Amino acid sequence: MRHLLSSADLGRDDVRALLATAAEMHEVQRRDVKKLPTLRGRTVINLFFEDSTRTRSSFEIAGKWMSADTINITGKGSSTSKGESLRDTVMTIDAMSVDCVVIRHMASGAAHQVAQWVDASVVNAGDGTHEHPTQALLDAYTMEARLGDLEGRRVAIVGDLTHSRVFRSNAITLRTLGAEVTLVAPPTLMPSGIASWARADGLTLADDLDAVLADGPDAVMMLRVQRERMSGGFFPTPREYTVGYGLTRERLRALTSANPDAVICHPGPMNRGLEISADAADAASSLVLDQVSAGVAVRMAVLYHLLAGEEVTA
Amino acid sequence: MPRADDLQPAGADPGAPGAPRTVMSAPDVARALRRIAHEIVERNKGAADLVLLGIPTRGVELSRRLGALLQEMEGAEVPVGELDITMFRDDLRRQPTRAPMPTRIPAGGVDDKVVVLVDDVLYSGRTIRAALDALSDLGRPRAVRLAVLVDRGHRELPIRADHVGKNLPTAHSERVMVRLTGVDDEEESVTIAAGETRAGHPSGPGGAA
Repeated sequence: MRHLLSSADLGRDDVRALLATAAEMHEVQRRDVKKLPTLRGRTVINLFFEDSTRTRSSFEIAGKWMSADTINITGKGSSTSKGESLRDTVMTIDAMSVDCVVIRHMASGAAHQVAQWVDASVVNAGDGTHEHPTQALLDAYTMEARLGDLEGRRVAIVGDLTHSRVFRSNAITLRTLGAEVTLVAPPTLMPSGIASWARADGLTLADDLDAVLADGPDAVMMLRVQRERMSGGFFPTPREYTVGYGLTRERLRALTSANPDAVICHPGPMNRGLEISADAADAASSLVLDQVSAGVAVRMAVLYHLLAGEEVTA
Repeated sequence: MPRADDLQPAGADPGAPGAPRTVMSAPDVARALRRIAHEIVERNKGAADLVLLGIPTRGVELSRRLGALLQEMEGAEVPVGELDITMFRDDLRRQPTRAPMPTRIPAGGVDDKVVVLVDDVLYSGRTIRAALDALSDLGRPRAVRLAVLVDRGHRELPIRADHVGKNLPTAHSERVMVRLTGVDDEEESVTIAAGETRAGHPSGPGGAA
């Protein structure tokens, strides 16, 4: 494995190996000494052109805990704000012979493009509305920690599908692991062309959240309404969105009575009161903080599998 | 790996080059472990403060057996754990990436304990170097000792074993394979075969460095 650009790059064995490694890394985090010497002498650049709290900091911690040197470059503080092109920026970084570039960019496909330009390993940490593969891995890790093997488990992904890279990567990884995936969104937020993907990959489409919850899924993943990416009227008012597709207190109750063991995920940051109520976000069945804590372990696993044995392929 | 006797048809010369030769049978392994267990309590003057840590994969099975023997001999339960060294290896760049195995430290920890590291084959010493690094991140034992089933020589670091099941003089090119009931599907044994060296990297299955 040289790059991690899309969840579709990962077969079932790859995902299994990454999750197994992540479990061991999670164990290391409970120790007094969290640092491993594994990636000593390697350099990881976090190149972030979009705002991020958890992804960037967890990649940085993951690198540091494995003794890699990690350096953060943000779009705002770099020469891109002086007009430098993405290609020149990454070529400059690559010329410093770094081992790994973790990139987040607002353009879909940016990570694929960067991978063509550089010698370093490239990790896609979110490209526009396309993919976010490490998020899908940590979601799978978190759900498996609570639910056990996801094979045959039913997962509902709810909300702003059109603008969600998290959903795209999650749907792929969950299918790779054998879970049954139902996508729930208002018709205006269903991405165009989803019907053919759903047919090809065995995804179920729905627009009635109450019916899906009444069916008692094992996990409900609420997506953030990405208002910064919206340029038109996808729904009349926030209030109306909440009534139709928010995980309200009443819906939480309906879910719990249909399946008492059901868990709730949200990739964060949450719009409390819009797509998820405070009751649901803070419920015992909510995995939101577990997801953050798994983030570092999963990213350690990714960096390990990309960088540890690299010389053989280089 | 093929079984030793698969490669050695009836009537074949057991000394033929390339044929795996059995150097320890299952009873030999059991006797060696029993002697090591006696040595451990003799050296430690009892089982107090002992912690056994097996190095995956076969060191874990050996440490469990030693733990059971110590309990039988001393009547006290000796904590047994597992210490994975994957993330501490110095040859990660030359090996295909492999997923780490679990590390399980007994509840009492390792601080001020006498830790006995247990592995199947002692060879270059690099595994033990990595294990010492891994151990120092987990605490500060009072003493660390090393028990191995087979010492095949060719050390690359100043490391020696305190308790050795069998000293086995070998050539660099030979391969030592340990097969244990409970880990392997094959009959329990230690075999040696003239092997193809893999670019100077001896750590094949069962032949840990």
